[in-house]
Amino acid sequence: MKAKAFQKIYTRIENITKATCVVEAEGITNEEMAYVDGRPAQVVKINDKWITLQIFPGTQGVATNAEVVFTGKPPTLKVGDDLRGRFFNAYGQPIDGGPAIDGEEREIGGPSVNPVRRKQPSELIATGIAGIDLNNTLVTGQKIPFFADPDQPFNQVMADVALRAKADIIILGGMGMSNDDYLYYKSVFDNAGALDRIISFMNTTENPPVERLLVPDMCLTAAEYFATEKNYKVLALLTDMTLFADALSIVSNRMDQIPSKDSMPGSLYSDLAKIYEKAVQFPDGGSITIVAVTTLSGGDITHAIPDNTGYITEGQLFLRRDTDIGKVIVDPFRSLSRLKQLVIGKKTRDDHPQVMNACVRLFADAANAKTKLENGFDLTDYDKRCLDYAKEYSRELLAIDINVDVDKMLDTGWDLFAKYFSKEEVGIKQVFVDKYWKN
Amino acid sequence: MSTKGKVVGIVSNLVTIEVDGPVGQNEICYIDLAGVKLMAEVIKITGNKAFVQVFESTRGLNVGCEAEFTGRMLEVTMGPGMLSRNYDGLQNDLNKMTDVFLKRGEYTPPLDNERKWAFKPIASEGDEVRGGDWIGEVQEGWIAHKIMVPFAFEGTGTIQSVAPEGEYTVEDTVAVVVDGEGNEQKLTMTMRWPVKVEVRTYKDKPRPFKVMETGVRTIDTLNPMMEGGTGFIPGPFGCGKTVLQHLISKYAEADLIIVVACGERANEVVEIFTEFPELDDPRTGRKLMERTIIICNTSNMPVAAREASVYTGMTIAEYYRMMGLKVLLLADSTSRWAQALREMSNRMEELPGQDAFPMDLPAIVSNFYSRAGFVYLHNGQSGSITFIGTVSPAGGNLKEPVTESTKKAARAFYALAQQRADSKRYPAIDPIDSYSKYLEYQEVVDYMDEHLEKGWVDKVLKMKDILLRGKEARDQINILGDDGVPIDYHVIFNKSEIVDFIILQQDGFDKVDASTPIKRQQYIANKILDICDSSFDFENFENVTTYFKKVINIMKQMNYQEFQNEKFNSLEKELDDLLAERRVNGDGGPGEDRKETVLDERRSGDEG
Repeated sequence: MKAKAFQKIYTRIENITKATCVVEAEGITNEEMAYVDGRPAQVVKINDKWITLQIFPGTQGVATNAEVVFTGKPPTLKVGDDLRGRFFNAYGQPIDGGPAIDGEEREIGGPSVNPVRRKQPSELIATGIAGIDLNNTLVTGQKIPFFADPDQPFNQVMADVALRAKADIIILGGMGMSNDDYLYYKSVFDNAGALDRIISFMNTTENPPVERLLVPDMCLTAAEYFATEKNYKVLALLTDMTLFADALSIVSNRMDQIPSKDSMPGSLYSDLAKIYEKAVQFPDGGSITIVAVTTLSGGDITHAIPDNTGYITEGQLFLRRDTDIGKVIVDPFRSLSRLKQLVIGKKTRDDHPQVMNACVRLFADAANAKTKLENGFDLTDYDKRCLDYAKEYSRELLAIDINVDVDKMLDTGWDLFAKYFSKEEVGIKQVFVDKYWKN
Repeated sequence: MSTKGKVVGIVSNLVTIEVDGPVGQNEICYIDLAGVKLMAEVIKITGNKAFVQVFESTRGLNVGCEAEFTGRMLEVTMGPGMLSRNYDGLQNDLNKMTDVFLKRGEYTPPLDNERKWAFKPIASEGDEVRGGDWIGEVQEGWIAHKIMVPFAFEGTGTIQSVAPEGEYTVEDTVAVVVDGEGNEQKLTMTMRWPVKVEVRTYKDKPRPFKVMETGVRTIDTLNPMMEGGTGFIPGPFGCGKTVLQHLISKYAEADLIIVVACGERANEVVEIFTEFPELDDPRTGRKLMERTIIICNTSNMPVAAREASVYTGMTIAEYYRMMGLKVLLLADSTSRWAQALREMSNRMEELPGQDAFPMDLPAIVSNFYSRAGFVYLHNGQSGSITFIGTVSPAGGNLKEPVTESTKKAARAFYALAQQRADSKRYPAIDPIDSYSKYLEYQEVVDYMDEHLEKGWVDKVLKMKDILLRGKEARDQINILGDDGVPIDYHVIFNKSEIVDFIILQQDGFDKVDASTPIKRQQYIANKILDICDSSFDFENFENVTTYFKKVINIMKQMNYQEFQNEKFNSLEKELDDLLAERRVNGDGGPGEDRKETVLDERRSGDEG
């Protein structure tokens, strides 16, 4: 980055830590971007004329006489229709060899939506995955993470969701993504011929971790552009938010802040909320929906990152390997979509809520029967039927490789009921039984 | 001349200002950022440096920006026209902001200065008055909004004149009062009050003694809330804290509901915005919105204003309490408020307490809860603020600072249990861990004796025992197996299941079941106690469960029916017949005793 003619260059750095440096300068504004020895940096603290800069790529090799240039503005992204189909780094610069974007320059991390101007989310997002559409229906304007252990195939599921969801634009934010996964996404989107609907901001494991902090804001600034200017339905995929939070803790640690639970900064809740709350249904029809990934450590959801996330997001999706059928399923017990009642039975067929509940209840009975079996107790006839039902339910509906529409899912549900149970055992409201029961 | 200053330091929203004159702790100042005024509050002073927390984003602020101090603390402006409004944490009217996005430095007036109100005088010339006394009233929606002498009025004064009945704006003078020192003070319909100071212009604040119905059975029957009481609801995410609070806000017997959405999801507030104008208030038949004020600072709005929002809500509640109204204040969630305190404490580099929260967190929390209460006014009327806050404990662990601090301050504790939520037993309030200290108050016992029935509190305690014993029996059954325990254990367990299914569980989405009047709750409780006091005859344990499932099913159907309608009565008949089938004749007393002995032996056996 070359300094422009009118910019003042500072060359006296007072103090350098692993991630920050302090330089003496005047007229500097809070949160503005700067370049230290050509490396992007941001103002994080001002104490009279002592300016603390957070250097995103780290400070290795920065000398006390390095050139410091201030840009006079906070981090920005150039937005425009040209963003479609492009891959960018955390600073919004193209990494796909294409030309720079020529568009309106917007500050990232802009203001929040006035709560009274929001609309209640009411449009279903179909993914074809029954574990989601049937049991944990997604709604436009919702924010929901996958809580998954690192060994689970969440990247595949995310890619499926992205390709099948009927969104106008899909924005992928990769934080600490391995290069292999990055290439996976790229090839999946390419093969599906969907590239023109997709915009990606990538921070891979090859890039410095602190850069990740810019990725969600970059994604959501682009998302806001499409949702407000073009009234598009935008789907933002953020993976992996745990690595984002880890970067937060690195920065707060370098700035000598006192850590709270699990060495996370005390502001973790607000920091995450600022990102997730960008999910919104705008009054003019545009919307931003956020599907994120929060990787867990050994399934522990009491850790500060998933815990704070759970308080912010509108539900969570759990993946689990079902050994009975040898496939990964969306766990119906631990997963939850808080907004599903806004659409199920209203935007979908009227029997949706009842079928969904009955299916899960019978699956729970099967789980109890399984415990009984493992403890060496005798099984009743009902228990045995439940176990058979569970296998088929798992294979035909919960498995993540399912791709059917909601009506078909409901029909499959009725098929299973009739195959294994009596009407009384299913316990669905009589009107629906009369209408849909398969003899 | 007001004090001025210049910005010399910035870390996030903590700004250091070098001042040229006196500044006060908690004083409000405005920082000028290229014409946009950013509101901030002084939170620490060292020499000529004031540390202020800015209620907005500080992006773009630089050293040298000018600040002007107002000489006042953070205040709310109160008067007719607050009902049904949606305010942010600093009492800006959100509906008056036209943009989809919030604009930094946009402050909108909380009241409508143009609107005329029909004023009717209450006090007359020559009356001796003090702060909080009623001068007149205007009709604000369905509330007779009292126009009061400002709370800040010191000592007593004499009314020199009161405006005659007529139409006035909130800025017009409606009375002139001569204070103790002979100065004339012109009073309008508005007054200002600093939010962090309690309004104490009432006469007396006795212990709460009147029950406040919420319509939620597990609260009203088992752990009742009082008018002027305090309670809190802790629970991990996904247990239904917000749903429960919404339920309470819909059906509680209060004149006015103030909902503080403090650092929570925006879509949840949108739900209130969307539903409350449509829903009917079951008591008045008006729309719920007409008795509601929303203070909204969602999680993505500036953190410092989040801290202010709970105080803003409380102060508005105190204002309406002084009119002799029953106010219910709900805050969701107080943990977010505590986190806002933590963020600031952290930036000021204070030595931290547990989990990096400030050391004085327990004091701040109890101080806030103490502002609720039942009061007698000087004119003999009474008013109350009932405060129920939710707490979002980190990791669902109740041994964390916010829950513990709140536990010391609040008198009723409604613990939401993950296990109950997982098994869809809603509301997920754990009947054994939860408590209401008010059941220990003699005033409350007397009140219940008089208004409900003699010995009511004893009945409540008995029901709690049934639940506890049921839990113990279930534990034994789980350890020893269904046929490894005496049949009595199954009976004890199933009796507790009746209490669980019929009283504790309630369908918040059913028209009838969503809210149960206290008289009906009394009927249900007596019916269940009657069953629990009876002995039943069973051949084997399988029959026990089947039989009680039938009992529960009938009683559940009854809960869905209008009280004592035809269907209800026929179900009751069906229930009585079913009970008669297996009830053992004679009194159930000895049978009960026997069962207890069995359990007691078991327990002592375990200890040995």
